Amino acid sequence: MYTHWVSSWKVYVLKSVVMFSLLLSHGLFAVAGMPDQSRQKELRHLLKHDCGSCHGMSLKGGLGPALTIEALAGKAKSYLLRTILDGRPGTPMPPWKGILSEAEATWLVGVLIEGKGSDER
Amino acid sequence: MLAFVVAVMAPLLLSACVVTPDVNDLGIVIERAKGSVLVVDIKQHKELARVGGLGDLSHASVVYSPDQRYAYVFGRDGGLTKIDMLRQGVVSRVLQAGNSIGGAISKDGRWVAASNYKPGGVRIFESETLKLVADIPATMANGSLSRVVGLVDAPGSRFIFTLFDGDEIWVADIRNPDKPRIRKFHNVGRQPYDALITPDGRYYIAGLFGEDGLALLDLDNLDNGVQRILAGYGKGERKLPVYKMPHLEGWAEAGNYLFVPAVGAHTVLVVDRSNWQEVARIPVHGQPVFVMASPDGRQVWVNFAYPRNDTVQVIDAETRKVVRELVPGKAVLHMAFQSQEKKIWISVRDEDRVDIYDTVSFQRLASIPADKPSGIFFTSRATKIGL
Ligand code: HEC
Repeated sequence: MYTHWVSSWKVYVLKSVVMFSLLLSHGLFAVAGMPDQSRQKELRHLLKHDCGSCHGMSLKGGLGPALTIEALAGKAKSYLLRTILDGRPGTPMPPWKGILSEAEATWLVGVLIEGKGSDER
Repeated sequence: MLAFVVAVMAPLLLSACVVTPDVNDLGIVIERAKGSVLVVDIKQHKELARVGGLGDLSHASVVYSPDQRYAYVFGRDGGLTKIDMLRQGVVSRVLQAGNSIGGAISKDGRWVAASNYKPGGVRIFESETLKLVADIPATMANGSLSRVVGLVDAPGSRFIFTLFDGDEIWVADIRNPDKPRIRKFHNVGRQPYDALITPDGRYYIAGLFGEDGLALLDLDNLDNGVQRILAGYGKGERKLPVYKMPHLEGWAEAGNYLFVPAVGAHTVLVVDRSNWQEVARIPVHGQPVFVMASPDGRQVWVNFAYPRNDTVQVIDAETRKVVRELVPGKAVLHMAFQSQEKKIWISVRDEDRVDIYDTVSFQRLASIPADKPSGIFFTSRATKIGL
């Protein structure tokens, strides 16, 4: 009886955790301007093809350096975020503010440092 | 013996039944995301075959053997693939570098060269076998390797290329291909990003990213060195961000004029070839990427960088005005003129389509489905210098 209650309670907690993270990852929660699911899809497309025109479609590098998990290891999120938003004057890296919001760029940095940048979409 | 004859003849007979296409009518469309190419029949506006397994084809380009039978595809990941256009299959393939940007073929068709980012330099292969014959590391004064762009073949058995990081232009004489003789030109201008050669093979011109202007080399008078042209064309104006690097492909030559993309401005620059002076600047829709003259030299077609890349504009070469604007769809990446007829092919990446337009009526004549199409390369390039 007791064990039954415990295990069903555990299942319940587990379920809610799963549900919650599902909601999060699918962007049903609009957390502080975080891109919603359809915008995330657009951003992944942008990363692969338009950032990819300089960084390579699989982000292994081109005119711009590789943006793979290995290449970005140890680099500060804020530094990557500033690079994306402000660009790097004197190099071909253009500033993306005006096209990407800070929240969107932050989301992209997250995707990159988790090494999810070249996932097939 | 009989078995041999059958083995060799069977495919020939087979393809004879299906009507062997004329190599003059063929072309390749790169499917960048899939790592495949479509072999297309230009006259019939249709796909003949898909050839896959070509690796990372973002920024891929193609050159053809002089007889137009074989295509050499240079992939981003350093893959170099030789394709038989008639049998529509891979003949051979090598992974020649870690990161590559393009290539060229010698006029006699014997040597194929690839320009690489990693390791920075140029590698030369025998076209027949894809065997490496020469490795030319692009070593800069500081000892490190530069990324190489703007590789072309030039008269006099030469390959010419540009060092993006080294601000140099190198002329490689390949009469002894395994021992190329190299002449280097330093300080040509900051960050040369691409280059072209005039159709007569006389001049090599590199576009500069790091400063306003172009670097000009007279290939008949190398001793004159590199000259700067259009220096400071953007003076006083604030540079706009460039979300895709422009290209100098072929020679947008219309009459005696060269049409080139400005960098960081929504402008096409017009240069008089007789004195290399700027004669006009044409305001356009966005940052130009490709600026291509029609075979008759009357029109110049322009596509644009992200985020204004759904549009194509047509400039009348004589009046130097935009006379037409088309909106083929999201992410127009490349264009190719069908030499004999007045038609142009346009790849529209995000619509997964290649559109064919009539260049007189500007009507869309046909569309070919393609997976994330980018470069379009017709076999007629084989007969053009520098392509
Ligand atoms: C026109 C070419 C170009 C495009 C397009 C481009 N980049 Fe870059 N990017 C560069 C170059 C070149 C550098 C290296 C700058 C330097 O030398 O410091 C760079 C650097 C970076 C860096 C810093 C990497 C590091 O290790 O320091 C990040 C992050 C980055 N880019 C992200 C992006 C993202 C995200 C996009 C698309 C939204 C993008 N880039 C589009 C050319 C480009």
